[in-house]
Formats: sequence, C-alpha cells, structure tokens
Amino acid sequence: MAQTVFAPWDDPQAKPLIQFKNVTKRFGDFVAIENLTQDIYEREFFALLGPSGCGKTTLMRMLAGFERASEGQILIAGQDMAAVPPNKRAVNMMFQSYALFPHLSIWENIAFGLKREGKPKDEIAARVDEMLRLTRLEKFAKRKPHQISGGQRQRVALARSLAKAPKLLLLDEPLGALDKKLRQDTQFELMDIQEKTGTTFVIVTHDQEEAMTVSSRVAVMDEGRIIQVATPAQIYEAPNSVYVADFIGEVNIIGAVATREGESYRIDWAEGQPPFTAKTATGFADGQRCHLAIRPEKVAISEERPTDAANAVEGQIIDIAYLGNISTYYVKLANGQMIKAQTANTRRLSRRSFTWEDRVWLSWTETAAIMLET
Amino acid sequence: MRRFSWFNATSLTLGFAFLYLPMIILIIYSFNESRLVTVWAGFSTQWYISLLQNQSFLDAAWVTVKVAIASSTIATVLGTMAAYVLVRGGRFMGRTLFSGMIYAPLVMPEVITGLSLLLLFIGIGLDRGIFTIILAHTTFSMCFVSVVVSSRLVSFDNSLEEAALDLGCSPFDAFRLVTLPIIAPAVISGWLLAFTLSLDDLVIASFTAGPSATTLPIRIFSAVRMGVSPEINALSTIMIGIVTVGVVTASIVTKRSSIAQKRDEQAAARTA
Repeated sequence: MAQTVFAPWDDPQAKPLIQFKNVTKRFGDFVAIENLTQDIYEREFFALLGPSGCGKTTLMRMLAGFERASEGQILIAGQDMAAVPPNKRAVNMMFQSYALFPHLSIWENIAFGLKREGKPKDEIAARVDEMLRLTRLEKFAKRKPHQISGGQRQRVALARSLAKAPKLLLLDEPLGALDKKLRQDTQFELMDIQEKTGTTFVIVTHDQEEAMTVSSRVAVMDEGRIIQVATPAQIYEAPNSVYVADFIGEVNIIGAVATREGESYRIDWAEGQPPFTAKTATGFADGQRCHLAIRPEKVAISEERPTDAANAVEGQIIDIAYLGNISTYYVKLANGQMIKAQTANTRRLSRRSFTWEDRVWLSWTETAAIMLET
Repeated sequence: MRRFSWFNATSLTLGFAFLYLPMIILIIYSFNESRLVTVWAGFSTQWYISLLQNQSFLDAAWVTVKVAIASSTIATVLGTMAAYVLVRGGRFMGRTLFSGMIYAPLVMPEVITGLSLLLLFIGIGLDRGIFTIILAHTTFSMCFVSVVVSSRLVSFDNSLEEAALDLGCSPFDAFRLVTLPIIAPAVISGWLLAFTLSLDDLVIASFTAGPSATTLPIRIFSAVRMGVSPEINALSTIMIGIVTVGVVTASIVTKRSSIAQKRDEQAAARTA
C-alpha cells in the first residue's frame, strides 16, 4: 500500500491558504520584495530561508499585517488582507525577541490573546493550562518572564502565539537565541507541536540546517525574490541555480562547457584534462557554458585510480578539516581547481589513510554532479 | 585596594562643604532661640511652632500643593502623549521641527515664559488665580515629562506592542495594557519631576499668580524682602526634610527592585 505523502503543492485541486500575487514592497527607493508570487498550503511547515536583507522578514511582517504591500495582493483563505489590521487577523506571530510582556506572569502572557477575545474565564483557564502542558511549562505559570531561562521563554512565546489557535503561525527566527543543543531539541518539539495542532507554520530563518530539519518546503530567497521552492531533499539534491546550491550546504562548483554525447553530457572543464560525464534532465546546447555542482560527500577519495568510476581525477591534498564525525579533504587538481571531498570517520583517527601532500584520486558517479546553467 | 590619600579626603571635604554648608547653617539656625538670624542664643523649636500658627504660610503651602498635584498630573498626561507620538508616530511632515520645539521650553528663560503667559492671560481676559498658575506650570513642566518619557520609549522594544496587536489588541488597548505599564516608572518619575518643578517655581508663578492665590515660594520671597525671619529657616528646613525623604525613598525602591530582578535572573539561569 502506498503511503500518502503530504504534498498539496503537487495537487492541482488543493486550495492554498496563503496566496502572494505579484507582491512588491518598497521602502522609499529600496525594493524589499519584487513581484513575488507564491502559494502556501494548509498544514504546511513553510520555511523562508535567505541571507539577512533578502526580504524574508518583510514577507512575514506582511502576513502578520505590520507592513502593507506596495503592489499586488496577499490572500489568506481566499480573503484579500490589504485592509485587515493585525489585530483582526487569524494569524499569530512568534517574535524573534519573543516579545513577552515583562509585567505579566507566564500564565497572563499566554492568556493575553484569549482575554482580548472576551471568552469566559473558565474557558480561558482551560486553554492556558492546555498550552502550558503542551509546552511543558506548568511549573512556571506564576513566574515573570525574567525569572525563567531563555529556552523556557521561547516556549512561552510559542504557547502564547498558539493559544488563540490561529490558522497561521508565523515564526521569526524562533530559535536564534538558543544554543545549538537546545535548538536541535526545540526543532523537533516545534515539528511535534505543528503536527499535533495542525496549524500552518511559516518560519523565517537564516539557518539552513534548521530550515531543512523542520520544514515541508523551503523557499530560498535572495534580494526580494524567491529563487527556488521545493522540499528540503529537492533543494539539496536538485538545486536550480548556483546560488541555491551554494547557499544550502557545501558544494564544489566547476565552470565547464557541455556537449551532448548519447544519454549523457561530456563536460570539458579544463584544457588538457580528460572530460567528465554527467547526466541531467535539463537540455543543454552543444558548447553551452555550464556549472557543475558536486556535493563533497558524493566525492570518493582513494589512493589508486578507481576502475569503475564514471569520473576520476587526480589531485593533491592541501588541507584536511577534521570535524570529528567527518573529515573534509581539500584537494587541488592539476589546473588549480580546489575540490572538497568528505568522508565519514568510521574508523579511529590513528588509522586515517590520507595525510597532507598525498596524491589521491577523486571520483564520483555520472549522476552525482548537477549541471546548472550559468 | 588603593589607600585613601589625604588629597582625596581634602577634595571630598571641600566639595561637599561647598554643596551643603549653606544648608547646614540654615538648618542649625532654624533651631535658634534668638530672633536675630545670625546670633546663636541656644536651642529651641519655637519657630516651628509659630510657623504652624502662621495662617498665611499655611494657605500658601496648601495652594502650592494643589497647584503642584494638578499641574504635574495634566503635564504627565500631555507630555506622555506628546512623547509617544514623537517617538512612535512614524514619519510625518515636520516631525523634526516638532521634536525640536518640544525641547525649546527647557532652555527658554523663565522670565520670558512667565511674561508671555501673563500677556496671554490678560489678552483672553482670564482672571489670574490658582487656575492660571496650574496652566502655566503645566505648560513648562510638560516638556520635562516628555523628555523623560521619550528617552524611555526610545529603548522600548517595539515588538512588544506589535505582539499586543498581533494578539488582538486595538492600538489603544496595546498602549493601555502593554506600553503604559512598562514605561510606568518613567511616567512616574516624569510626574515627580513636574511636581518638584512646580513646587519650587518662583518666577513663572509670580507672573501668573493673582491676589486670590499665592504660592509658598512667592510668600517666602516676599517675606524675606522684609528681612529674614527664623520662621523662614524653619520652613526651609521642613522642605529640605521632605525632599530628602522623597529622594531617599525613591532611590531605595529603585535599588531594591533592580537587586530583586538581578537575583531572579540569576536563579533562572541556574535552573535552565
């Protein structure tokens, strides 16, 4: 039996929860968002990923209602949001600074939004207690925000923004202030809560690892535009541009010329060097310039020339970065091109086979490298 | 630790003597038996007793307190509103001009402020009395409140207000329920500042006071022109006492709350 995969974006029948239609946002002369069109579906965990200043926070603030689009339309559940102020939207936001009200206790912070709705007292109390349980904060209900730790504050912020059961939850760099270990734990907690509550999450982050971990789809942004939207695996394995390939994870980029040869392409990458071969779905004209993107972990490193590899090239180890679980070898090819090759350190360090200055062979399969247009 | 040198001791003594000697002499002479201010004739509290029986002083004191409370309260409301708009109102035409103009009365000579208010009151035919003093004091203390409150608002995290809006508050509710409680210490100290300024203002009050109402500073000043009486010394001593108690209490309260907060934060860090 085939398991149904969560992918409403592939279903032409699915109605998107959020629709950006040709949205442009200008601050004076500066264009923060440029003619952006994007759909986000219900129950998605949608990540906006990009360097600072790429417009991802502006996009989120427009969803919350703190900014208005200069041009274009933003629809939430089919309704144009242009004239709807932030306090009238079924959208809640978790702020980067958490923005907990310092004069209120944790309990009152979480109850804040519910009280504004004018719900009966016992209903509010029940809901707050439920949120406290969900975020494991029962013990801290009576405390003030400055009496709890950073990780707890982050959970209060989450509980407060979820308390009103919004259709859409916006998370602005929610884990930025936490240390790495706590961040990883919290990421899984977030995914868990998202699944339990069935809320649509849109998260803004500059941490690609975080975006990959939590999200159903990632939108990589640059200079006010979305460059690529895809699942984390697609983004990593099939980036559509050098920018995306370079932004997500580590990558070797080799400039080359492509020529069709039967099923695959011949890649001439340096004068006097035997060409590489690569397969791709996109069509390249003969003699078209392209970029070859190869992930370091897909490059094998060996002493002897491997006999069965589609691509093999000799080089010299210039540097080794030992990271504990993996080692990255920086290998210089004959034309001066540097290639990173990663191997998992499954053996103890003392038995490492390669060292500085060693001449080694690098190899990868026909499908390992991605051909990208320049 | 560095040793305490003679040089340090001398500078400290000189500095503090310069600051406090006049007041100490005043306090000492308020307990003088003699009618002559500069001749010591033994300890007595008679001037305090005669002060309490002096109806004109008591009336003036009561007027002063009423004026101070009324004007500082109005000034706090107006000043906070002005500060909020200037810091938070976003960009609007003439914003720089307005924020510059709100500070101008701080450096304006009091004589000019007083005179212009006097001309205004005469111009619109307002009878001078306690009401005009309140108006005048509100006018000049409002900008002090606005300065104090806006310096707090500048460092106020804007996302707190956005969070309130996000959770369903109207802009007014966001101000009432979130902004105001958080900036309350600045608003209170603005009120205290306005209160103190009103309490000891002589120049503006003498322009705007009428025969029906006299404030304490005006009363003291006119009494001193007849010659300094030990009663004035006693009155001044009481005022010094009130101010000292007020300042010391305020600083103890602030210090305690900041220590408590620090302790809480450390406790939170430990249980993290």
